[in-house]
Amino acid sequence: MRPTKPILLLAAAVSLGAGVALAASGDPERARILDGYAAQAKAQTPGFAGFSAERGRALYLGPHAGGKVADTPGCASCHTRDPAGTGRHYKTGRDILPMAVSANPKRFTDPAEVEKRFERDCVNVLGRACTAQEKGDFITFLSNR
Amino acid sequence: MSPNRSFRPLTGIAALAMLAATAGATFASEFERVRPVTHAATQKECGECHMAYQPGLLPAASWTRIMDGLQDHFGDNASLPADTAAAIRNYLTQNAGNGDGRLIRITEQRWWLRKHDFSPSIWTRKSVAAKSNCEACHRTAAQGLYEDD
Repeated sequence: MRPTKPILLLAAAVSLGAGVALAASGDPERARILDGYAAQAKAQTPGFAGFSAERGRALYLGPHAGGKVADTPGCASCHTRDPAGTGRHYKTGRDILPMAVSANPKRFTDPAEVEKRFERDCVNVLGRACTAQEKGDFITFLSNR
Repeated sequence: MSPNRSFRPLTGIAALAMLAATAGATFASEFERVRPVTHAATQKECGECHMAYQPGLLPAASWTRIMDGLQDHFGDNASLPADTAAAIRNYLTQNAGNGDGRLIRITEQRWWLRKHDFSPSIWTRKSVAAKSNCEACHRTAAQGLYEDD
């Protein structure tokens, strides 16, 4: 029964991942979002070994080159270097609620909202789409903040 | 209270006085009314980055151009899921006002320029930041009430 083994392994990996995500994120909805990115990352990135808050921090702070918006070389450009603080839109001055889950527990609990923001702001800051691993790293970093 | 903070009301009054001096001479002190935004998705999605401008502030052709170009929205990628974008486009164009449909900036419409014919230095104030920031001077702009003083 060759096909069974990979399926079992996959199921084990997914359930293990789910436990890790829930523990790391502290919210079932956020855990589901992270699990989704983990599954994508496994498929996209060979040797994917879980998300890293440290990589997420580097992504958040930047500076990055090649973004669509020259004024925003990092997420921190609008969200400030302290993700628990209130951000400010670089052009309009509009307040942005904190990114850190500790300061804003609703962050990363609406999958459509999360995808919408990544879709836009990865282009604005990086000049390209983010990988699933980057998205998971980012959420992991801010979940611990 | 920091000295900085106690200063704020004074600078606010100074700004108002200056606005009154420059604009008040030509325009009666009254509210200009625009129908407020009544569409939840428009309020939410447009209002995340700037005041959700009332549909009556631009003609339908301008809104159409704006909604066609969300991937490059005044320099930012502001793309939306297709169904949300379609609902917002529909609301904006159905409730649009008059003006030059070739222009997508409210602040380039002729009526807007006529009403904001004062010193350019106002726009560079920190409290104003950008011409798009209606609420810096019109405190009730988000409700569609633009005081004209």
